[in-house]
Amino acid sequence: MRKFLQDTVTSFHREIRPELRQPWGIVLAMAQPVLFLVLFGSVLTGPHSGFGGAETTWQWFVPGILIMMCLVGPLSCGHQLLSESSGGQLERILVTPVHRAALITGRTLKESVTLCAQAVLIIAIATPFGLTPHIPGALATMLLLTVLGIGLSAFSHLLAIAARPSGNLFWVATQLLLFPLMLLSGVLLPISAGPAWLRGLAAVNPVAYVVDAARALFAGQFLAPAVLPGVVAVAVVTALGLGLATRALRRGS
Amino acid sequence: MIEARGLGRSFRTGGQTVVAVHGIDLTVAEGELVALLGPNGAGKSTTLRMLTTLLPPTAGTARVAGADVRTAPEWVRTAIGYVGQHHAAGENHRVRDELVTQGRWYGLGPRRSRQRADHLLDLLDLTALATRRPATLSGGQRRRVDIALGLMHQPRLLFLDEPSAGLDPRSRADIWAQILRLRREHGITVVLTTHYLDEADRVAERVVIVDAGRVIADGTPARLKAALGGDQIRITTETPADAGVAASIGARFTTPERVGTDGTAVTLRLVRADRELPRFLRELDHAGVTVTTAASSRPSLDDVFLTLTGRRLRESGDADPVHPATDPVHPAS
Repeated sequence: MRKFLQDTVTSFHREIRPELRQPWGIVLAMAQPVLFLVLFGSVLTGPHSGFGGAETTWQWFVPGILIMMCLVGPLSCGHQLLSESSGGQLERILVTPVHRAALITGRTLKESVTLCAQAVLIIAIATPFGLTPHIPGALATMLLLTVLGIGLSAFSHLLAIAARPSGNLFWVATQLLLFPLMLLSGVLLPISAGPAWLRGLAAVNPVAYVVDAARALFAGQFLAPAVLPGVVAVAVVTALGLGLATRALRRGS
Repeated sequence: MIEARGLGRSFRTGGQTVVAVHGIDLTVAEGELVALLGPNGAGKSTTLRMLTTLLPPTAGTARVAGADVRTAPEWVRTAIGYVGQHHAAGENHRVRDELVTQGRWYGLGPRRSRQRADHLLDLLDLTALATRRPATLSGGQRRRVDIALGLMHQPRLLFLDEPSAGLDPRSRADIWAQILRLRREHGITVVLTTHYLDEADRVAERVVIVDAGRVIADGTPARLKAALGGDQIRITTETPADAGVAASIGARFTTPERVGTDGTAVTLRLVRADRELPRFLRELDHAGVTVTTAASSRPSLDDVFLTLTGRRLRESGDADPVHPATDPVHPAS
């Protein structure tokens, strides 16, 4: 356990250091969610949107944007592992006695920390538009996002390991995973307004449960019925992602 | 230090089983410097990858630094250092940071890891490059960083996979000087792969020639070459008839079975060819044989490979061993 924790910290430090040296990279990576927030959010809060007041709409929309960020960033982070694999750096690391699970956990933790920083910025940007953040609710949502980020980036690492050595299939598989998960989760529009078949597909999408839970938590409704299924979905995705990615790394090495 | 018996590896590809390594037996004693020599695709790198726990063997056993690669890979990893074919330092990381991180993977404390990193940076003349990113370094400098990474935890056994591939001659000489100095000073066992004949001949105390996944020769370079029967004189004559006369004269300098003819070419195997060549040419002149070319040579490891396999190592799909390719990436063999 000590070796696992020590190697997780080492892996996290190794990955976060270059990001801290170039913090603008974190901000630039937010371009897409910020555009969605400003352009899409303005439409939803407009007088003809049918969503109700601006505050209610932002309260509904911002958690969706945060989950969208959580999908886009961590789900594509495996490309770094792929690049290290084809470059020979991963091989060098795998010859050391590094704890394989720690190697994955440290890398995914870095994605989650980056995600948290981005979430704070998104909330800060949305506040002048009419969002009144519920601080404990926002913190609980970020905690949920952090754990989901670990799980999703673990899946991205799994895809990267499976796509070795050429890596050609990595981006194809990522897109195939990303868009259904995002569009069937109700991050931008409520799924409840869709047809029955769409709602049926959303019912098997774990991210849809996380979105509902995040919206409840973000509004400070900690005991809302949507919270527990969302927490369970995050726990399952994360446990499965870390387990499978670690196993793949052990086998691949 | 290494005890491999029947070590083999096969891969499933396209529905077929391809055997990359056929039951290799290899013993390496502590302190030895052993070169695995062979063309690309011979199985050298696959063997190295099995010995370094990167690839599980599908046949046989191997004990490295006292531990079984299959059942105790963690123990093997703590004892060995590895310098792969590719550059090992992360592109986005600074050189010193990568060294310190490497030390941490091996369980060194933060302070010890920093001390060791600084020591190696100094030892390998990299101190001025400590805060640079590897992408900004030359090929030779990056290779020195790779070697520093392999030595961070003071391993007893160092594996080097094509350590000088892709480097210019000056950088190659520099890298070898560093490796040999480190070995001399720290007494570590070194096992390396190369397809550069001159390197294996000059540097290795023992050469293991690998071809098509099998060990086909194992010995010191001198012994392997001596087994060929000495030096060689090779002449070409104007006509095949002259070649016949030259062959019969040549038999007086050695034994008839060590004289070969091929059209207008005549080869003699004998001791001290450089001394005998002028006398041989004088006798041919007296006999009226017109010689168009003449040369004496010492046998090379390429001659050993030719004798064993019927083809030259440098014709076996490799980059020219004398003029290395500039591309540092070679397909894993």
